[in-house]
Amino acid sequence: MTVAVNPSQTGEPVFYLADEHPHPEGYSTSLGFWIYLMSDCLIFAMLFAAFGVLGANYAAGPAPKDLFDLDLVAVNTSMLLLSSITYGFAMLTMQQNKIAQTQMWLLITGLFGAAFIGIELTEFAHMIHEGATPQRSAFLSAFFTLVGTHGLHVSCGLIWLMTLMVQVWRFGLIEANRRRLMCLSMFWHFLDVVWIGVFTFVYLLGVLR
Amino acid sequence: MSPDLLKFIFGRLGFDSLPIHELILVGTFAVVALGGVTLLAGLTYFRLWGYLWREWFTTVDHKRIGIMYMILGIVMLLRGFADALMMRAQQAMAFGGSEGFLPAHHYDQVFTAHGVIMIFFVAMPLVTGLMNFVVPLQIGARDVSFPFLNNFSFWMTVGGAVLVMLSLFIGEFARTGWLAYPPLSNIGYSPDVGVDYYIWGLQVAGVGTTLSGINLICTIVKLRCPGMTMMRMPVFTWTSLCTNILIVASFPVLTVVLALLSLDRYVGTNFFTNDFGGSPMMYVNLIWIWGHPEVYILVLPAFGIFSEVTSTFSGKRLFGYTSMVYATVVITILSYLVWLHHFFTMGSGASVNSFFGITTMIISIPTGAKMFNWLFTMYRGRIRYELPMMWTIAFMLTFVLGGMTGVLLAVPPADFVLHNSLFLIAHFHNVIIGGVVFGAFAGINYWFPKAFGFRLDPFWGKCSFWFWVTGFYMAFMPLYVLGLMGVTRRLRVFDDPSLQIWFVIAAIGAGLVFLGILSMLMQFAVSFLKREQLKDVTGDPWDARTLEWATSSPPPDYNFAFTPVVHDNDAWWDMKKRGYQRPLTGFKPIHMPSSTGTGIILAGFATAMGFGLVWYMWWLAALSFIAMLAVGIGHTFNYHRDFDIPADDVIRTEDARTKLLAGAK
Amino acid sequence: MSTNTHAAGAHDHHHDDGHGHSTFSGYMLGFVLSVVLTAIPFWLVMSGALPSKQITALVIMAFAVVQIVVHMIYFLHMNTKSENGWSMMALIFTIVMVVIALSGSLWVMNHLNSNMMPIHEMTGMK
Repeated sequence: MTVAVNPSQTGEPVFYLADEHPHPEGYSTSLGFWIYLMSDCLIFAMLFAAFGVLGANYAAGPAPKDLFDLDLVAVNTSMLLLSSITYGFAMLTMQQNKIAQTQMWLLITGLFGAAFIGIELTEFAHMIHEGATPQRSAFLSAFFTLVGTHGLHVSCGLIWLMTLMVQVWRFGLIEANRRRLMCLSMFWHFLDVVWIGVFTFVYLLGVLR
Repeated sequence: MSPDLLKFIFGRLGFDSLPIHELILVGTFAVVALGGVTLLAGLTYFRLWGYLWREWFTTVDHKRIGIMYMILGIVMLLRGFADALMMRAQQAMAFGGSEGFLPAHHYDQVFTAHGVIMIFFVAMPLVTGLMNFVVPLQIGARDVSFPFLNNFSFWMTVGGAVLVMLSLFIGEFARTGWLAYPPLSNIGYSPDVGVDYYIWGLQVAGVGTTLSGINLICTIVKLRCPGMTMMRMPVFTWTSLCTNILIVASFPVLTVVLALLSLDRYVGTNFFTNDFGGSPMMYVNLIWIWGHPEVYILVLPAFGIFSEVTSTFSGKRLFGYTSMVYATVVITILSYLVWLHHFFTMGSGASVNSFFGITTMIISIPTGAKMFNWLFTMYRGRIRYELPMMWTIAFMLTFVLGGMTGVLLAVPPADFVLHNSLFLIAHFHNVIIGGVVFGAFAGINYWFPKAFGFRLDPFWGKCSFWFWVTGFYMAFMPLYVLGLMGVTRRLRVFDDPSLQIWFVIAAIGAGLVFLGILSMLMQFAVSFLKREQLKDVTGDPWDARTLEWATSSPPPDYNFAFTPVVHDNDAWWDMKKRGYQRPLTGFKPIHMPSSTGTGIILAGFATAMGFGLVWYMWWLAALSFIAMLAVGIGHTFNYHRDFDIPADDVIRTEDARTKLLAGAK
Repeated sequence: MSTNTHAAGAHDHHHDDGHGHSTFSGYMLGFVLSVVLTAIPFWLVMSGALPSKQITALVIMAFAVVQIVVHMIYFLHMNTKSENGWSMMALIFTIVMVVIALSGSLWVMNHLNSNMMPIHEMTGMK
């Protein structure tokens, strides 16, 4: 029964810490946030499952080939990818304590994110205009829900990003804000990972079908 | 006011939504309103509002939140059980041309509400409450990882319960059965608000459950005291860890499937419709991917409770600790591989059905291993038949029976005969009452002295025990028989008079269970009155083995004046055996999280949003959503969420305990 | 999920922020790899360079998997050490659950369709 924590010299067992330090603030945050992301991952997995099962049920309506514009999807994908790397730069400048540069990279990330949302909304509006509404077929229901949920996540990320920019501006790069920026970084990159699934399974495989 | 404006303000809600024509509901409302007014008046008269708000509603203390979960569970148990009594009475009466006393419209709501309430708002709060209260104490922590989130999770669960309860008097509840299968639950067949109450009640509560799952996983992973390796954690902590992993891995599935159903209902999408390529069976498939793990979410903590109780009251170390842990982990994984056994009859064919049949049978192996571990723990132990141990023994007998009928149902051809019959109803009540409910009662009787500083009265506890156990067998054994005779579930009237005797026996059983519940309430009341006699000054009334018994009863806000160091599985037993001396000096200030009202406010807005969505009051939903966002973001601007309990306060608390302990000797 | 030596580590206070420290070259490498791994599948589908659709499908799925791994390593800084391996454990567990639920749903529903749907209706649906 050897225990690492047994500083007693006399060999008497130690049953409590006479001198302890409380866990630092945010001690569990990154693990907790990671577990939250895992639960979010399951949300997307179920939406993918719905798309996988229902995605071929066009109900005599339009099929992916008739709807998807791969050029636009490619542009959209690059927006998200660029926002990922700019967020990475924000994290790097944060590590060097450069507030102004961090804020600038956050802003650029936000602009790319907003561009992504804008393009996605245009795509949706175009489809709906052509009569390919979410009500048209199970395929379109599953498509709009899956892609829309991802877009909703990105929008939440944008609101969070703006909040954090205000907080960094008001309170500086204090420990709490660094932790929050790191959580948002995980969130943002996680959404990028989900998007890989979306463009592969929904768009590319859809057009192939 | 113009009708348009009225429609804008009240959405679908009008005077005809109030069930004034249903006498039973009017009567219930009168009773509830009277009780409610009395309670509110009492609180006001005794000036308890400020106290409740400061010390309970806004608290982030895991012990108090745990206790509030238990109170919620017990209150909702009364509602859920009232539904059960009504069903039993209806089915015992409705023979020989009699329609019984419940019209179909009401009866269908009753059985749906019974299922939903019992699972989501009785079993879940009882289990979560016990985990919340016990786990941080067992691992030697001061609180959970995210105390604010804990408070918020609790109030979200309450919010869901409030929505379900509102449906009793404003509008109606779903008439679909507790899982709301489409196409019945789709807008075409259920155009009224019932299913919407169901959806938003569960969504609001589900957010709370998921967050509390994340919270407890982090707590167990990150906040264990020094020396407590994974394989030194008490079994209850282990089962809690696995339960919360299951929660985090399965509740998102419920969230998705309910979201898709609500899209079908609100937006007109075609996920689960009959036409435009939708597939109602996809809903059944998805909801059981959540539903089966949910069963283990409920029963695993109960297994943990029985493990603690068995070893404490046998005075022995738990037999086969390692196998117990591995059995728990295996059940956790396997619980994900069996969901299809809930719908063998949908027609997936032989290969699918045999795969899921076999995985289902395999689950009984680790469960059986656990059973033997408990038996071997008792073997040659000095067993004390206190109430927790009595519930444990009742569990072992009852659960084995339920488990065996479960293995029977896992055989697809047998399931084709028994699917949706009363045999199934008997089976899952057998495992849920015999496992989860008995487990919760064992836990309540076991940890009550820790929570309140006095034991529960054994006389009324034994009354409750015997009423419950005999009542349970009388209520559900007839259902096995009826199920084998081919009677299906959810029927309101019967033609065959030869069945009536079985339903009458079942109704008498339900009456006995009712006496059991009353005895339990009596037990609480009597124990409170006799609290001086039943007082626990030592903090360790059962001569128990795990860390939570090392501190006082009730524990101080900070749980432990000094963080304990653990050398053994049964940490407190080890400390007692090796002559642990309680520290009397050297106290330091203790860093603790501070209370906040944000959780209850956010959950209040979430509930209002749910209500707005149910009744199509879009302005209310939108406003509550914006308010939620604003309060949530506003909360993140508060960077000062902790405070220090001054050393003087710690010294005062600990000195009081020293005096108490000296007096006890 | 067996013995973990973490408990003693509960009190080492050099706060690991869970996901390692990132470098400029790491991000850039990840970015370049992602661009390549995104561009090729798009090109494959848009140009129809490969002879059969099945092969194209398999290839782009393989690219997706590789790119997800690249993102995990270079952007999310996943490794086996952060949080004493708990992050990785959570990820692996989640992947197992996702695979079970996804492939299970597809298998089950596919079987259901082929067993319960008359052939002519199946063709009518597509």
